Amino acid sequence: MTTTVTKDETEAPSGAGLRSKGRPGDKIFSGTALGAGIIILLVLAAVTAFLIIESIPAFTEDPEDNPILQGRSFFEYAGPLVFGTIWASFLALLLATPLALGIALFISHYAPRRIAAGLGYIVDLLAAVPSVVYGLWGGITLAGGVQPFYAWLNENLGFVFLFSGDLSATGRTILTAGIVLAVMVLPIMTAICREVFLQAPTLHEEAALALGATRWEMIKMAVLPFARGGIVSAMMLALGRALGETMAVTMVLSVAGAVTFQLVTPSNPTTIPANIALSFPEAFGTGVNALIATGLVLFIVTFAVNAFARYFVNRRAEFSGAN
Amino acid sequence: MSRAVSTADVNVFAAGRLPRLAPWAVLIGSWLAMAALFALLNMGGAVEDFNIVGAILIGTVIYAVVIWILSALVEGKRQATDRLITALVSLAFVIALLPLISLLFTVISNGVARFDLQYFSYSMRGVIGEGGGAIHAIYGTLLMTLAATVISVPIGLMTSVYLVEYGRGRLARAITFLVDVMTGIPSIVAGLFAYAVFVIFFGPGISLGIMGSVALSVLMIPVVVRSSEELLKLVPNELREASYALGVPKWLTIVKVVLPTAIAGIATGVTLAIARVIGETAPLLITAGFTASLNTNLFNGNMMSLPVFVYSQYANPGTTPDAAIARAWAGALTLIIIVMLLNLIARLIARFFAPKTNR
Repeated sequence: MTTTVTKDETEAPSGAGLRSKGRPGDKIFSGTALGAGIIILLVLAAVTAFLIIESIPAFTEDPEDNPILQGRSFFEYAGPLVFGTIWASFLALLLATPLALGIALFISHYAPRRIAAGLGYIVDLLAAVPSVVYGLWGGITLAGGVQPFYAWLNENLGFVFLFSGDLSATGRTILTAGIVLAVMVLPIMTAICREVFLQAPTLHEEAALALGATRWEMIKMAVLPFARGGIVSAMMLALGRALGETMAVTMVLSVAGAVTFQLVTPSNPTTIPANIALSFPEAFGTGVNALIATGLVLFIVTFAVNAFARYFVNRRAEFSGAN
Repeated sequence: MSRAVSTADVNVFAAGRLPRLAPWAVLIGSWLAMAALFALLNMGGAVEDFNIVGAILIGTVIYAVVIWILSALVEGKRQATDRLITALVSLAFVIALLPLISLLFTVISNGVARFDLQYFSYSMRGVIGEGGGAIHAIYGTLLMTLAATVISVPIGLMTSVYLVEYGRGRLARAITFLVDVMTGIPSIVAGLFAYAVFVIFFGPGISLGIMGSVALSVLMIPVVVRSSEELLKLVPNELREASYALGVPKWLTIVKVVLPTAIAGIATGVTLAIARVIGETAPLLITAGFTASLNTNLFNGNMMSLPVFVYSQYANPGTTPDAAIARAWAGALTLIIIVMLLNLIARLIARFFAPKTNR
């Protein structure tokens, strides 16, 4: 409230002299609006503060007494989880990026104008499906469906370290989790790529076509270089989603907590959010603090990834707005 | 291009091109060929079912290869690359449709088995094995989402008013940026936050419906802020200026002119935000916990929600796994119907209550 009052006072002389200085209604309303804005800042600060406060016991208390750490130090416990989180998200991005680029190009430059908006809406439907439904579908339908394919990979490409090892009988492996995550991040990636592709200067595109370029050459010369920054931020935003996605991984993966790159074995690494969701309902004592500490790690990583991506998106937005 | 100069009497721009319908013919041809192949394999017993998805997918891949070779022979390398990329880009779109179709199909076909009256009138209290329902979860979801909406909408709306009408300078930019970043907070972190807040005041092991609402509002506020901010920006400045010119104070201008103009869009945004959080599982798993009974008190005891119900039926199927999984599918179907209805309502609001600008 105090800040608002000082703000009004400093503004009044510079603004129109005729404007009345202090209607109580104005002060109350602008104060409430400012207060709401400040609540947002407070919430973010509170998220960080409370997570830190609740994480401290995981480091200070004796790990021997901790039902989750069981004698390991926190970093020994969190290491494999961090690996699993990054590995699953990496797989998801690897699968989703080419698809998202293809879909975005299809909607922005290939599909007939009349149906393009409708096609975009269909892709957005993928984002509307709740994550628990993805988990159910991934754990039952998809895992069963891809298992024969995994068996084939394991048999014929077993010499590659990715597909070696024992074969999972259920198909509920880290690769399946990666596929589900890829489907889940497709909409946001496609939406942003589509936006930047559509922002590519039409004059450049028409110039390329007029010089005799084929459609693909036009896209390669005029659209993709323009969109490079936007594609990177789309990938980062999708990475943020994939890192934090909980239920799909929890329900799809059969977890062993292993650190391995093998994609089709029954012993898979797990991710931080999936581990929290699995262990939290049964956790007690300082075990809860250890789980919250892993959540803090996740929060910091996703915050950094999102902030980086947003920084690029916003810079791009200002740039294209000036055009 | 040099050829064009040397043989000016032949129209080279029409020469060396595949007929217009060639790509479609090749596409349908390769689909039919694959369908025939799969049908033969099917008769021979090599493949269990006639696999239409596989036929279309492999048929499309074959189409990409055939059109590339044809085009390379007739039209040259550059056109061939162009046609190959066109095929690949279309293929990407087809691939993206597959999970959506498969998901909707499995959820609907598996969900209807338990999508009955008992499902919507019984809780799981005392139910072991078959039977039971999800009324407790539906109540929980509606109550917690309602409470989250009550918390989020005023904060979100006022924040967007601040950002559009008052906010200048560094604070406004910081809020905009942090709201953007907040949209990317993992849902489970929101749950941990709500848990950490309540644990400090109420002691460990606490689990309440209102905690779930707090966690959901952390996820919902940024969505509400973003959508209403966009809409408030769309309100024409002339309306504000006309109001000021009549001597109306700024706050009354906002309340009586700006907000009513944008209200349809804001309602759409809020509905979409509700649709987004109503399917959240992870934060409720941590904050509101599990229960088999109906609990309508947000401030006392565990509260089940539909997504958590689906998860718990799937993860702990108990002695009769088939019945539990059937309940999970029915829950998933209910959730999808709720989310789709909310999306539909949002679109209808946007269409029918949009401000009539051209009058």
